[in-house]
Amino acid sequence: MRAALQRGRAWLRFGASVVATVTLCAATNAGAQTTALVGGSVYPVSGPPIENGTVLIAGDTILAVGRDLEVPEGAFVLDVSGKVVTPGFIHANAQVGLIEIGSSTIESRVNDNHVAAGLSLVDAVNPASQLIPVTRAGGVTTVISVPTGGLISGQAIALSLSGESVDDMLVLAPAAIVGRANRSARSYAGGSLAGVFSRLRTLFRDAQQYRDNESEYDANRLRELSASKADLEALLPLFDGELPLLLTANRRSDIEAALRLSEEFEFRLLLRGGKEAWTVAPKLAQAGVAVILDPLENIPTYDGLQTRLDNAAILSSAGVSVSFTVSEEYNPRLLKQQAGNAVAYGMSWDDALRAVTINPAEAFSLDSILGSIEQGKKADLVVWSGEPFELSSYPEMVMIAGQEASIRSRQTLLMERYRDMLSVGGNQ
Amino acid sequence: MLIIWPGCTSSERAVSRSSADWFLPTSQDRIQYPSTYEPRSYGPVAIVNATIMTAAGDEWTGASIVLRNGRIESVGTNVDVPEDAAVVDGTDKFVTPGLIDTHSHMGVYSAPGTAAESDGNEAVKPNTAHVWAEHSVWPQDPQFPLAVAGGITTAQILPGSANLIGGRSVTLKLVPARSVQEMKFPGAPYGLKMACGENPKRVYKSKGGPATRMGNMAGYRDAFAEAENYRTLWEKWRRDKTASPPERDLAKETLVQVMKGNIAVHNHCYRADEMMQMLDLAREFGFEIRSFHHAVEAYKIADRLAEAGTASSIWADWWGFKEESMDGIPENAAILTATGARAIIHSDSGVGIQRLNQEAAKAYYAGLAAGIPLSRDQAIRWITANPAWALKIDNVTGTLEPGKMADVVVWSGDPFSVYSTVESVYNDGWLAYDRAARNPAWRTDFEITRGVE
Repeated sequence: MRAALQRGRAWLRFGASVVATVTLCAATNAGAQTTALVGGSVYPVSGPPIENGTVLIAGDTILAVGRDLEVPEGAFVLDVSGKVVTPGFIHANAQVGLIEIGSSTIESRVNDNHVAAGLSLVDAVNPASQLIPVTRAGGVTTVISVPTGGLISGQAIALSLSGESVDDMLVLAPAAIVGRANRSARSYAGGSLAGVFSRLRTLFRDAQQYRDNESEYDANRLRELSASKADLEALLPLFDGELPLLLTANRRSDIEAALRLSEEFEFRLLLRGGKEAWTVAPKLAQAGVAVILDPLENIPTYDGLQTRLDNAAILSSAGVSVSFTVSEEYNPRLLKQQAGNAVAYGMSWDDALRAVTINPAEAFSLDSILGSIEQGKKADLVVWSGEPFELSSYPEMVMIAGQEASIRSRQTLLMERYRDMLSVGGNQ
Repeated sequence: MLIIWPGCTSSERAVSRSSADWFLPTSQDRIQYPSTYEPRSYGPVAIVNATIMTAAGDEWTGASIVLRNGRIESVGTNVDVPEDAAVVDGTDKFVTPGLIDTHSHMGVYSAPGTAAESDGNEAVKPNTAHVWAEHSVWPQDPQFPLAVAGGITTAQILPGSANLIGGRSVTLKLVPARSVQEMKFPGAPYGLKMACGENPKRVYKSKGGPATRMGNMAGYRDAFAEAENYRTLWEKWRRDKTASPPERDLAKETLVQVMKGNIAVHNHCYRADEMMQMLDLAREFGFEIRSFHHAVEAYKIADRLAEAGTASSIWADWWGFKEESMDGIPENAAILTATGARAIIHSDSGVGIQRLNQEAAKAYYAGLAAGIPLSRDQAIRWITANPAWALKIDNVTGTLEPGKMADVVVWSGDPFSVYSTVESVYNDGWLAYDRAARNPAWRTDFEITRGVE
C-alpha cells in the first residue's frame, strides 16, 4: 500500500529560486537516512501547532514530531525557521493523472456503460502528466482521482503525486465506488431524478441477488440482472462497508434520498457536491456522512437553489466531516485558496486545515498513513513560505515519502524563458 | 447621457418634412437603444481613517474619502469631513475603486443555467456582427448581485466565442433594474467581440467552415472587406443623395463603426502567434484592438503588445482546460506589466467575478516570487483603472480621484488577502451592497423566495 521508498538521492535542496538556497550534502550512513526539519511552525493536525517544532523523518516515514526533540547524529538538518510545516494536502475529488488537457485528453470515463462499477483507473494513470508537478507546487501531495460520467462512474483511486510508474504512485485502489444522483445523471436513467434513484436501488438489489446466488447466476439460472457480472462483483465491497459509496447529490431532496438509499443498504456514504447540504447538516452529522464540496459554489441552479458560501462553515459547526475539491479539474493547485475562502466565509481555520488533510484521509480510510504529522505516518510534508492558505504564500519544499519532490513544471520553464528574454527581473 | 450614434448628424435630423423622401433621416440616424440609467440618490458619505488604494499611484493609511451626489468629492490624508456626511469608520479597513470586469457573460448566460437561459452565442454563422449582447441580457440574473457582493460595480457583457465575429458587447453598471437599458453605462462605447483559434473552427468545421486557423483569418478579412465596400456605398449616398439609400446591413454597420474607431474590439485570443496575426489584420483594415481576452500567452509577446498599445485581459492562473490554453502561467500579468504592456485581470466566470481581488493578488504574488518588480498600485490597477481604460470609461471611473464616479469598495482588510471580504459597495454613490444589512440592497426576482421564513 505504501509507496516504495525511493533511495539513492544524494541531496536535498531547500528553497525556491528567489530565496536563499541551502544545499546539504548527504550523510552516507547505512540504513534509512534521517532528516530533521527544525525551527518551523509545525501544524501536525493531530494536535495543537508547535512553535519552533522539529519533525524527524527516517526514510519515508515520520519518526517523531515535537518541541525540543533530539536530532540524531548524522541527520540532514533543514532549518525552516519562519516557515510553516503542514502535512501534504489531500485533494478529495480530482482528475490528476487522468487528464492532460481538460477538453481533449480525458482518460476517466467510459461512454458505453452507464453502470461501470468495475471500471478501474489504474491502467490509465499517466505519471508523466504535466498536471502533476503543477499540482504539487500547490502543496497537494495526494489526490483521490475519480472516474466521471454515467450513473455509476467506476472506482476512485488514491494516488501519491510522486513516482515514475503507477506502482510508485498508487496508495489505494479502489478507494470508493463513484456514482451520481444529480441532474447530470438523469440522462442515464430515463431522464429524471426519480429514474436515477429507482435505477440505483434496482442495481443494488441486483448486486445482492448476485452475491446471494452467485452459482445460480453463473449457471444461467437467475433472472437477468441490471449490470454485468464484473460490475455487480465490483459493488459487493459496498455491502460490508469495505468501500464507501461516493455519491454526487446537491439538492436537499436528492441528499435525503441518498441518505435513505444508504440506510436501506447500510452503505458508508460519502456525499459529493452537497450544494444544499447545509440545510440537513444535523442529519448528515448524525448519519456520519462526510461531505466533499467546493466551498466557492454559490450560483443557484436547479441542482441547488439554496447554495451558499457558508455551506462548509455550517456543516463543520454541526460536526460533519468536510473535505474540499476544486471544480476546475485542471487547477487542483487551488485547494489552498479554497480552504482560505472557507475560513473567510466562517469556517474555523483548524477545520479548514482538516478539510485538506485528515478529513479526506479518514473518508477514504487512508488515515493510518496520511493526513497528519504523526509518528509512523508517511512523510508527506509541505514547507510553506508563510501562512499556508494566504495568497502570498507558496510551498518552498514539498516532501513526498521522505524525499523532496520537484515543484518545477513546464510553467516554471516557460516563465523563466520569457522573463529572461524580456529582461524583466528574476534573480539571474 | 444619451448615446447618439455616429453617422447621425443633427442637420439631417432637422431636415424639413417637405423635402423628398430620401432627405428624411433613415432608421440608422435615429437614436439607437439608448441608456436610461439614472444615478440613485444617496446622501453624502465619508469613509474615514482607512487605507485607501487609489489605483492612481497612491496607497495611503489613515486616509478618508468623501462621496457626494454620485461623485468623489475629496480623497486623501488631509480631508475635511463635511458635517452633513454619514461617517463610516474605516479603521483597519481598505478602500479601493469599484472593480471592473472586462469579460462577463452575466445576463446572457444567466443562472440557473438551463438551455432556456443560453443566450450568449448566436452560433448559426461565423460572422454575427449584427447581434448585440444587450438584447439577450436578463436583468434578473441572480449572478449580478453575487458579483456586486464581490466588489464589482461595472462589467462588460460579451457575446460568446463560437463565432469569428460574435457581435456587440455592452458595458453595464451593476444596479438593480427592470431592463438592460437602465443598466447601460452612460456614454460607454460599444465593444465588438471577436474570437480566434479553436472555438470557431470547432463550431463551424462541419457547418461550412472555417475549419482551420487560416480559414478563421480569411473569415475576418472577408467580413471587413465587405464592410469597407458598404462604408463607401453609404458615404457616396450621403454625399450625393441621388437615389434611394442603400439597404441597411446591421453586421456591416457595426464593422464600419469599428473601422471608424467608435467601437472597441475585444478579441478572445489565446496564442501569441495568433495575436500577432490579429494585429496585422487590424492594421490591414485600419482599426485598433483594444484588448485581447484570455490571452494566456500574452507574456510571450509582451513587448509587441506594449508597442501596439493593446491590453491583455487575462486570468490569474487558468490553464490546461484546452490545447490553446496549455502555456498559461501565473506570472503572465507580472511580465506584461514589467514590460510596459497593459494587463487586466478578467473573470469570464460567475464564480471568478466574485473574487477578482484574489485573482489579482495571486498574479501579483506570483510575479514577486519570480523576482519580477511590481507595486501594489500596479496590481490593483489590473482590476480597476486598466479595465476602465479598455472599456473607454477611464475618464469617469476606475480610480479614486476627485470628480470621478463614486464607485467605491470597502474591504474588511487588505484586498490582497484571502481572508478579506467586501463590507460595502457604492455604485455612483449608492450603497449597492452592505454586508451588515439585514436585507440585501439587490435581491433579483429569481431569488425572491430565498431566505424568506
